[in-house]
Amino acid sequence: MKRNGNCMAVSLLGAAVTWSTLAAGAAEMPRTADGKPDFSGTYDVATLTPLQRPAAYGDNLFLSKEEAEALEAAERERMAAGQQTSNPDRTAPPEGGDGSEGAAGNVGGYNSFWIDRGEGAIAVDGKYRTSIIVDPPNGQRPEMTAAGRAKFMRFRSLFRENTGDAWWVGMPGPGPYDDPELRPLSERCLLGFSSTGGPPMLPALYNNLKRIVQTPTHVMILIEMVHDARVVRLNSEHKPDDVRQWMGDSIGWWDGDTLVIDTTNFNDQPALTGASRNLHVVERFERLDGDTLLYKFTVDDPTVWTRPWSGEYPWPATDARVFEYACHEGNYALGNILRGARLLEAEALQADTGEE
Amino acid sequence: MHNGSRAALAVAALLLLSFLTSCATAGTSGSAGSAGDIPRLANGKPDLNGIWQALNEANYDVEMHVARAALQMREGPWGPLPDVPVMRLGAVVSVPPGMGVVKGGGKIPYKPEALEQKRENQANWLERDPEVKCYLPGIPRANYMPQPFQIFHSEDALFFAYQYAGAVREVYLQDPGPAPVDSWMGQSYGYWDGDTMVIEVTGQLDSTWFDRSGNHHSDQLKVTERWTPMGPNHLWYEATIEDPVTFTEPWTIAMPLYRRMEPDAQLMEFRCVEFVEELLYGEWRRNPLPR
Repeated sequence: MKRNGNCMAVSLLGAAVTWSTLAAGAAEMPRTADGKPDFSGTYDVATLTPLQRPAAYGDNLFLSKEEAEALEAAERERMAAGQQTSNPDRTAPPEGGDGSEGAAGNVGGYNSFWIDRGEGAIAVDGKYRTSIIVDPPNGQRPEMTAAGRAKFMRFRSLFRENTGDAWWVGMPGPGPYDDPELRPLSERCLLGFSSTGGPPMLPALYNNLKRIVQTPTHVMILIEMVHDARVVRLNSEHKPDDVRQWMGDSIGWWDGDTLVIDTTNFNDQPALTGASRNLHVVERFERLDGDTLLYKFTVDDPTVWTRPWSGEYPWPATDARVFEYACHEGNYALGNILRGARLLEAEALQADTGEE
Repeated sequence: MHNGSRAALAVAALLLLSFLTSCATAGTSGSAGSAGDIPRLANGKPDLNGIWQALNEANYDVEMHVARAALQMREGPWGPLPDVPVMRLGAVVSVPPGMGVVKGGGKIPYKPEALEQKRENQANWLERDPEVKCYLPGIPRANYMPQPFQIFHSEDALFFAYQYAGAVREVYLQDPGPAPVDSWMGQSYGYWDGDTMVIEVTGQLDSTWFDRSGNHHSDQLKVTERWTPMGPNHLWYEATIEDPVTFTEPWTIAMPLYRRMEPDAQLMEFRCVEFVEELLYGEWRRNPLPR
């Protein structure tokens, strides 16, 4: 199912698809030679629906058709404006940034043609959703534990508006640009941002393709961002508790026609923001219709959150192919960020001695 | 004559019997293949699934070579000696000897200026080998690095995941047309020639090497791989290298690849990006460590 401007088709087809799924059911489910549901394919998981529900919707999981269309129209407008060709003759942005917001930071991105967060809200069984999180019922991540909150505040204190000077000089503790280890994992090309590879695997600002290849013994899920291949061993056991990896250790099994993936053994910095090494993620793949999977996940990390939380969203198949995302090989940014910080610190020092 | 024809008949009968047996075996395992004890998919094609690894010295030097003291050398009073940055690693960074994987035991047919480039690369190995910086290895090098790789193979998909640097490549089983742009791992298009999976790899950048000895190529590289099962646990791997900018003629490497037989064999993370941060960015720390 291509999603280009077919929100009407989706809503009209919604009921029919549900009905046909129920009626035709198992017969239409593509299956592998060994009789398991065949989830192989390439999927584009970009969506305008946020992970957490905007507070205005309260406990309402569903968007009306009108609300969904308004959301899509607003995004189309925003994208059209953002994708205008840049003026090649424009000068450098002013020191400290041009005041704009967005992923490129307030030094001003050239434009937003590279952003791809989808063109529609997610819909399951023809009903549009207000959030990916379905539990707690308010669509928000649950309360953090004291330890989780403290870690998050430390993390957040390292991010500030770019003011064009070394504001961290003279502050106690390490500054945010002191070492590569203090930069976000995506800046270091270690993992993609927004938990795009997860687990749980969430939509990101761009590069939202997933590629699933399935064999009787393994399921491989390629994450477009940072070319991460998640290898899920079926009917296997987790590695010993002291063996820790960036993406954890994933094992899977079939629960009827549902693929269940269980992941533990994370290191101290899982892709999911805020999570700890005690993160435990259970993911479930079901088939919604011939072109769409339903991806469900439950996050349990008692070190960080006071209760488990769950979300779900559809993965529509696409004809697109995953192109190589060679992040590290072209990572001039990390070195330049550190060098830039050293220059700003030198300027700050000079200003200090100049004043004395 | 009489005896001869009787013997021939016996042989024919045996062949028929073995053919029928193999058909029966294949039938019970649900595949429709020909003779041979190689695993097959339900469609009868060889099943390449598994964790594989090379067992040779090709990643040091694809050409036949005797052992040498280090991957990077400098002039000494009585001959070459390990260069300063690698000296402290002693025998650990020495080069094990190898019979080479260039078919026919030959040398790579470099054009003169390309051979000069190879020598320069070798002299500056630490600075230039993309493996040192944890860059994606390209094809064919990915297949004979000293780490395992896993093939995920079904009737409609063929995907390689390499442990080194988490490199990956999809092998398209329908002709994808020309690669949209060059990439580190290139674009792979695969098709069957009997029981051999032939993979044409194009669209590779000029930035990858063949080994730790500075053997190189241009962006005109075309690699044609042939993956042939030799039995349940071995693949015969050949790759023909064409690059008219760098070589005077095509050349071929060949080697067996071995299935990792450990019952719990699995890929683990080798996210070496993290391991080279000190090398690449350490000088820009706020408080640099001694370098």
